Amino acid sequence: MGYECMEQTGLKPGDVIKRHRLSTRLWHWTNALTLLVMLMSGLMIFNAHSRLYWGKYGANDDYAWLVIDDAGNTGFIQIAGVRVETTGVLGIWKDSEGEVKRRAFPHWATIPSGYDLQAARRWHFTFAWILAAALTLYMLRSLWNGHVFRDLHIRKWEWSPRHILHDITQHARLRFPTGEAAKNYNILQKISYIGVIFVLLPLIILTGLTMSPAMNAAWPWLLDLFGGRQSARSLHFIAAFGLVAFFFVHIAMVVLAGPINEVRSMITGKYRLPGKREPEPGSEPKLPQGEAA
Amino acid sequence: MTDSKLILPRRKFLTGATLGAGGLLLSGCDALTENAGFRSFLRTGEALNKGAHRLIMDRSALAPEFSAADISPIFKANGSISGDTPAYNAHVANRFAAWQLRIDGMVRNPLSLNLAQLMKMPSREQITRHDCVEGWSAIGKWRGTPLGLLLKQADLSTKARYIVFHCADMWAPNVPYYESVDLVDAFHPQTILAWSMNDGTLPVRHGAPLRLRVERQLGYKQAKYVMRVEATDDLKKFYGGNGGYWEDAHDYDWYAGI
Repeated sequence: MGYECMEQTGLKPGDVIKRHRLSTRLWHWTNALTLLVMLMSGLMIFNAHSRLYWGKYGANDDYAWLVIDDAGNTGFIQIAGVRVETTGVLGIWKDSEGEVKRRAFPHWATIPSGYDLQAARRWHFTFAWILAAALTLYMLRSLWNGHVFRDLHIRKWEWSPRHILHDITQHARLRFPTGEAAKNYNILQKISYIGVIFVLLPLIILTGLTMSPAMNAAWPWLLDLFGGRQSARSLHFIAAFGLVAFFFVHIAMVVLAGPINEVRSMITGKYRLPGKREPEPGSEPKLPQGEAA
Repeated sequence: MTDSKLILPRRKFLTGATLGAGGLLLSGCDALTENAGFRSFLRTGEALNKGAHRLIMDRSALAPEFSAADISPIFKANGSISGDTPAYNAHVANRFAAWQLRIDGMVRNPLSLNLAQLMKMPSREQITRHDCVEGWSAIGKWRGTPLGLLLKQADLSTKARYIVFHCADMWAPNVPYYESVDLVDAFHPQTILAWSMNDGTLPVRHGAPLRLRVERQLGYKQAKYVMRVEATDDLKKFYGGNGGYWEDAHDYDWYAGI
């Protein structure tokens, strides 16, 4: 809602509305590219020291809460002392030439694909400027044009546990809002988008800054905020995987809700209000219209 | 033709397109990393970061200092763990009694100081965090002579723009370790040539007899086994011309504040 469709009433499934503003579409695709580069170059940087710690310091002789490593011919990830074998994917794997490599994340997940700490740092720190600048501009624009208040703001009635539970069960049954109800973000969407824009992205940017020794001199409060440089490094990693989790759920929802319509709406801004589920190969029982409204 | 039959190929197409795009992206990123134009684009990050740091930070803003309780039980020794040349080993055997630090280059009063003379000068003690470019951190206590004090005694020329640190550790024949800082960092109050670590003599694995501490930058700037300090107006005059061993050998950023 909130985009030139405020006065439009009586919308029905199949109607095409304007859904995403230009600022949202630009930011979305800038992020899609930037976050992918940040993630993959970040995994390469992680490969230089594949251990995570809590506190102010942490190196090989200190206790690491997360370790990705190899022991003999076995790759493993170890979290809080629990070891899971990951041979072939994490810790020990073969590169594109079939050569055995003993690094945490595999070549297909990193930029560059081979071990190159400096190149990965260059990618990471240059794209970080794009990420931070785009987020700042988008936050300001979204506050200014009312996007935050009209579309993301969670209304009082939406906070009712019954309503949230209802939305969760509807999602779990893959029943998505249709018709006019699909015009608005539902509570789960709002929570995810607010979580990404106002929690995960700021967290990942600030914990990233906290790892810089120069920034520690400039803004020492960053260290107090996150409990030390190694805690900030751990939180940076956790926030990154929070964004990865968001990505997978986001893609799943887009595919389930009708990928063509959804992707088109993020390119052109125009969105066709769904009536029923995308037809599946083989017929499935039709859901009643407006089920989730 | 029903709609459902149309959707399936579309989905297959989307899946295929995504996987294909993923592969293209990967090889594309490697190609971009090798591309000279793109590399210079990526290098803009370094200039931006240094500019931004200097913009928001006072020249003498201090790196955080810690309490004795925060000191790492074991301070990881990384990179060279010895000077390991006949001359250096002779100094170790002799407990650096005949060792002298030279301070020369663009100075009006070149100095030669032995360890006892350095230790008699005013010194600074600081408990700071050492951050390796790889990602780990260790906290240790350092005591040493402020570099700014030495440069004043040597009467630094107004033409000098950088201070170069020549080290004893060799990384290949005729490839010694070296590092450099600009004058902002050289005269920073926490920039010291440390001769003591954790209340003891500086151990060989941590750079005996003298190592640089430049606390607002990463570990590879903290040159160990410092033998000579040279003031210069241009880093191009030294070795690979990029101001440091890692900068020359592995294209590391000269500014290591991040």
